[in-house]
Amino acid sequence: MVNLKELSKRPELLSGGHRLCSGCGAGIIARQVMMAAADRPVVVANATGCLEVSTTIYPFSAWKAPWFHSAFENAAASCSGIEAAYKALKRTGKVNKDIRFITFGGDGGTYDIGFQSLSGAMERRHRMLYVCYNNEAYMNTGIQRSSATPLGAYASTSPVGKVKKGKEQIKKDLTKVMVAHNIPYVAQSAVGYWNDLITKTQKALDIDGPTFINVLQPCRLGWGYNPADTAVIGRMAVETCFWPIYEVVDGKYKINVKPKEKKPIEEYLKPQSRFKHLLRPENAGIVAEIQKNIDENWAWLLMMEECTNR
Amino acid sequence: MADIKIEKKKGWKDLPACDYLEAGSAAAFETGDWRSERPVWIPENCIQCLFCWVYCPDSAVVVKDSLMAGFNYKHCKGCGICAVECPGKKGKKAIVMEAEKK
Amino acid sequence: MSEKKNLKAKTGNEAMAEAMRQINPDVVAAYPITPATEIVQIFSQFVADGVVNTEFVAVESEHSALSACIGASAAGARAMTGTSSQGLALMYEMMYIAAGLRLPIVIAEVNRALSAPINIHGDQSDTMGARDSGFLQIYCENSQEAYDSMIQAVRICEHPDVLLPATVSTDGFIISHCMEAIELLPDEKVKEFVGTYKPKNWLLDVDHPFTLGAIDLQDYYFEHKRQEIEAMRKATKVIKEIGKEFGQKFGRSYDMIETYKLEDAEAAIVVLGSTAGTAKVVIEEMRKQGKKVGMLKLRVFRPFPFDDIREALKDVKIVGVMDRHDGYNGYVAPVCSEVRSCLYELDKKPKIASYVYGLGGRDITLEMITEIYEELLSGKTDNNAKYIGVRE
Ligand code: SF4
Ligand code: SF4
Repeated sequence: MVNLKELSKRPELLSGGHRLCSGCGAGIIARQVMMAAADRPVVVANATGCLEVSTTIYPFSAWKAPWFHSAFENAAASCSGIEAAYKALKRTGKVNKDIRFITFGGDGGTYDIGFQSLSGAMERRHRMLYVCYNNEAYMNTGIQRSSATPLGAYASTSPVGKVKKGKEQIKKDLTKVMVAHNIPYVAQSAVGYWNDLITKTQKALDIDGPTFINVLQPCRLGWGYNPADTAVIGRMAVETCFWPIYEVVDGKYKINVKPKEKKPIEEYLKPQSRFKHLLRPENAGIVAEIQKNIDENWAWLLMMEECTNR
Repeated sequence: MADIKIEKKKGWKDLPACDYLEAGSAAAFETGDWRSERPVWIPENCIQCLFCWVYCPDSAVVVKDSLMAGFNYKHCKGCGICAVECPGKKGKKAIVMEAEKK
Repeated sequence: MSEKKNLKAKTGNEAMAEAMRQINPDVVAAYPITPATEIVQIFSQFVADGVVNTEFVAVESEHSALSACIGASAAGARAMTGTSSQGLALMYEMMYIAAGLRLPIVIAEVNRALSAPINIHGDQSDTMGARDSGFLQIYCENSQEAYDSMIQAVRICEHPDVLLPATVSTDGFIISHCMEAIELLPDEKVKEFVGTYKPKNWLLDVDHPFTLGAIDLQDYYFEHKRQEIEAMRKATKVIKEIGKEFGQKFGRSYDMIETYKLEDAEAAIVVLGSTAGTAKVVIEEMRKQGKKVGMLKLRVFRPFPFDDIREALKDVKIVGVMDRHDGYNGYVAPVCSEVRSCLYELDKKPKIASYVYGLGGRDITLEMITEIYEELLSGKTDNNAKYIGVRE
């Protein structure tokens, strides 16, 4: 259990004065991850994306920890290099502190263009925590679909028209793909569960190996809801089991939040304009399919939890 | 530092190379003028849970000695998350949003 | 030098790997590609045998290879990689970034033709595609130069006036796989010559945090690029100084260009890489017949040594520039284009002809170079690029 009073005594590693949208979930994720990490030296690598551009508009940087960005598709690779340098310089005595490494990437930089470099870095088992702030579309360039965009969602490259009803494919389950890398720690979290995210970050940073946390990040602009509700929307995703919160530690599944009653998906869809068209009667079939996918995935997770802990 | 914005921009001979940018320099940048609403703290309803602080995307909730102590209006963008997350005391919010006087 | 020469038979790749062993970089991240594979393969054996302190990162692509080097260099490590052709092309994006972030990374590069059609042999289209990336470009005539230039490149790149990355290139197969006797320097001498990498700001210096790689919009991008351009300009002096120092210490001096029998030459060619060696044989032969021919070898293409070229060619009547790469209907081929525009400043301008040769590893023979000289001497040259060795 994280104690906020204790946490608040740590240095704030992400200052205000950055240019993320008001109410941005990425800012919440980055702050909470850095809160968790602020008790030790950390170096941060960032993929190109909302978080990167908004927090480092020259000559203003919001980062108080050493921070690095080079390109879009290579955050995990550049962090590999930083971590390799750490190992080398520690051997030669130029570095004597224990330093941890955190990489931030959006779903674009993680699921899609940066997928290869992420996979490579995890397979090589660099000791880094990779955090995906997953807002389910390419928000930085203007809400284009990504492989993390859910079925039926509007995006500017999967728009709604006379023939098409938003994104026609189901999203990629990257968390499962990361589990398949057999790394020691993989988790999902969401904005709205500060305790969960901070606990997971601390856990991941203590593990000697690659770790991955996929954090669902409501985006007020791309999802179209009232910005004050960023955390509320995140919790709704979890309560409907649209985005289960769980972790896989050395192959063992644990669902961290089990809703008392699984809310119907409509409750999650309703407040978001990206799903607005789905609530029209003619699109009920898509909603039913979304619900079916959720139910199947949830059942699968429960089963995994059971059989990996037997 | 605080003058970084109004300072005359340097030419290439004097400007530090782009291989270095001061950590945390964004603190000098104002985003408070983005607000249309401002959060107002009502201390008597505050239970010091710090939920406002942990959820603010803009590091704009001021905490002193582990106690909520108000807002940094230079950075607060008025998103209202703190007000929504605030449990308050006996159903009375300790943060309310008020229209920004222009 | 008083010591006895330590001559060893080495291919270009072996020579470069050997230089890397002696440099002992902190991080090497690489992905194999013909004909540069051996460089990193040999190097990984050094790592496996524990004869270097290097952290070797066997990345999953060349893009990640340079990305990891960039991260490592930013973190405070001396970082190197090796690649060729498509591999370099996959690095292009990151090459501009390495240079823009002012990170002194050295790439052991083997020139190979770019696809398509896919081909594994030597031409210079790969590095020419990175001409304006902000990388210094050194082209080597043989294995000895490759070995010597790798060692010098570390010093050049890390010089505080420069802080730019470099490619050190050999011609694919012609140098990379060709055994030559080269003189190796003692390990301690190389260690002493390259010194240690001491960056001013480095990410692992966690007590002095800073931000690297911020977004630079209209207000600052141009100034920062201007600084990078200036660094490239200043690199000329540094390359010369370090080439000279290398000569004083080890007996082989280096400069931006090398001239061969140019003093009284009527016709000259400009070449890069291994073709210089072939041309020297032709020159000797033709000189015996009383033909006044000479050569300018461009060792460094970036920064472009325009002053040196102008000075060296000012009295020559006609110059043929040989490109192992084409500019696809640019007025002339790329190297020719640059040589031509730098000579334009001369009051007495030499005539200039452009020759494109050796694409995809097509042989360049003594006869072909002789023919080029004969054509130059005859004065009957074409205005457009002429393609040497292609079947009509
Ligand atoms: S309104 Fe938004 S930005 Fe302002 S203090 Fe509250 S949470 Fe932070
Ligand atoms: S969330 Fe509300 S009750 Fe909790 S500390 Fe902030 S103002 Fe006080």
